[in-house]
Amino acid sequence: MNNSAPIVQASHVSKSFGKKTILDDISLSVLPAETFGLLGPSGSGKTTLVKLLTGIDEGSKGEVKVFGTVMPKLSMMQKIGYMAQSDALYNELSALENMQLFASLYGIKGPVRKKRIHEVMDIVALGPHLNKRVDQYSGGMKRRLSLAIALLHEPPLLVLDEPTVGIDPLLRQSIWNELKALNAKGTTILLTTHVMDEANKCDRLGMIRDGKLLGVGTPEALIELAGQQTIEEAFIYYGGGQA
Amino acid sequence: MKAFAIMLRILRQFRRDKRTLALIFLAPLVVLSLMYLVFNGDAYKPNLGVIELPEPIEARLEEHGAAIFHYDGEAEAEQALDARTIDAYLMPGAQAMKLRLEGSEPSVNKAVLLLMSDLADHQGANLSKPEVSYLHGSSDMSSIDQLGPILIGFFVFFFVFLIAGVSFLRERTTGTLERLLSTPLKRSELVAGYIGGFGMFTMIQALLISWFCIQILDIMMNGAFGYVLLVTLLLSMTALTLGTLLSAFANNELQMIQFIPLIIVPQLFLSGLFPLDTLPGWLVSLKYIMPLTYGTEALSDIMIRGKGWDSIAINVVVLVAFSTIFSLLNVIALRKHRKI
Repeated sequence: MNNSAPIVQASHVSKSFGKKTILDDISLSVLPAETFGLLGPSGSGKTTLVKLLTGIDEGSKGEVKVFGTVMPKLSMMQKIGYMAQSDALYNELSALENMQLFASLYGIKGPVRKKRIHEVMDIVALGPHLNKRVDQYSGGMKRRLSLAIALLHEPPLLVLDEPTVGIDPLLRQSIWNELKALNAKGTTILLTTHVMDEANKCDRLGMIRDGKLLGVGTPEALIELAGQQTIEEAFIYYGGGQA
Repeated sequence: MKAFAIMLRILRQFRRDKRTLALIFLAPLVVLSLMYLVFNGDAYKPNLGVIELPEPIEARLEEHGAAIFHYDGEAEAEQALDARTIDAYLMPGAQAMKLRLEGSEPSVNKAVLLLMSDLADHQGANLSKPEVSYLHGSSDMSSIDQLGPILIGFFVFFFVFLIAGVSFLRERTTGTLERLLSTPLKRSELVAGYIGGFGMFTMIQALLISWFCIQILDIMMNGAFGYVLLVTLLLSMTALTLGTLLSAFANNELQMIQFIPLIIVPQLFLSGLFPLDTLPGWLVSLKYIMPLTYGTEALSDIMIRGKGWDSIAINVVVLVAFSTIFSLLNVIALRKHRKI
């Protein structure tokens, strides 16, 4: 699958606010049906990069293409399922009402909407809590609901910002299984994480620190090239530190 | 001293929050200055129309501070009265002088009547008891009749401004705004949705407030209820769009509330709650950029003066223009969160 056209392509993307550079000359490609992980500590620019790639924000320099279309482009939003780092949910509404809102925004109506809502709620194991108000949800449940909303319109590209924060290990495992199943169905996944062991589950990784892309490759290749034993050591190596 | 540590923390926090600091120290000064100007102005000098009045009486009136306008006939004077160029006109009658008052502002009526009694002390019989009649209102019109339309406008504006502003602010701080903007939702659709959603509630609010004031509180109402509804609705639309727009400049609910002394209070002072004639001109001209002015003017015209579409049309157009401009600015301001 590596020889097909990339789903997401960033070429020499930079972003600065005033004099402060958040992202510095980043080029990367996300290939069809892979899970691409952006690995980096908080404050490294992961979220800013994700916003650029989804077209919510615009870079100061460089170009982002999604499905071959130059971003930002409103119609492309339909093809992206986005899960933000903060659980952007309406706490006063029930899970169902939150779902209905976002389904409508993606143009899903009628019986299809009902069917999809039940499907995605089952995926994240929230089926029994559909009619509960979100302010009665635990942190982990909100995270899963956010993920469910991102899956709602069956987007060919999923962009997940720290999807597994605050989710217990068992459920995290099941979410990863689900993501892999989506990969198998042809969905491309771009996610960010700061958890090193989670990075191992990605097909390919981009290591990012201080707004610079340190390296891109499969976890194994990155470890091998650095001559290290673990992702964590490799990260330190690419960052120019001493392992 | 652990209390000292808490004290130091509070002082440090205040020092970082320049806006709160400015508000605590400066806002009272601004509001007090406004009140000083409003309540400490010179006594109101009425504009008096006269028809064929003996020269000496006219001179006396001028001496007592009235501005004199000459009219040839009653019809002409009546027209000027209706246009509020003059507060009252005086003409010789069969027995006594005839005094006709515009009547919609009790404080102005009082100023005119006071002038008459002042004059009577010098002039004697035929001025002492002028035959008084009113174009609008009557001698038993109370302050609440005059203030009613203004207060209706004010409360509608105030609550909608605050509630719309805070809920849009929450949308931003909880991240739901960003989430909404990651869907194929147009910025203009988001603004339209806000106007529609809040519009439903403001419609009920306008209906309830107007009905309550007129039917239950029995505030003077000489015009059509439909017009009152139209104006309150437009006023709340303006408040809604202004509130959501200004919420972009607030980082939390407290800072949204800080807009009250900056945006709301000056509008209240200059919207006709107090007579503006004694205020400095530069201050009065500020009212033309204030949406509340147009709302309360129209409401007073309808409710006190019983006027119809012709006289409120301009106010309605201005209110529509305000809300349209604020809506467009909202759409533009959302560019900060998503470029397209």
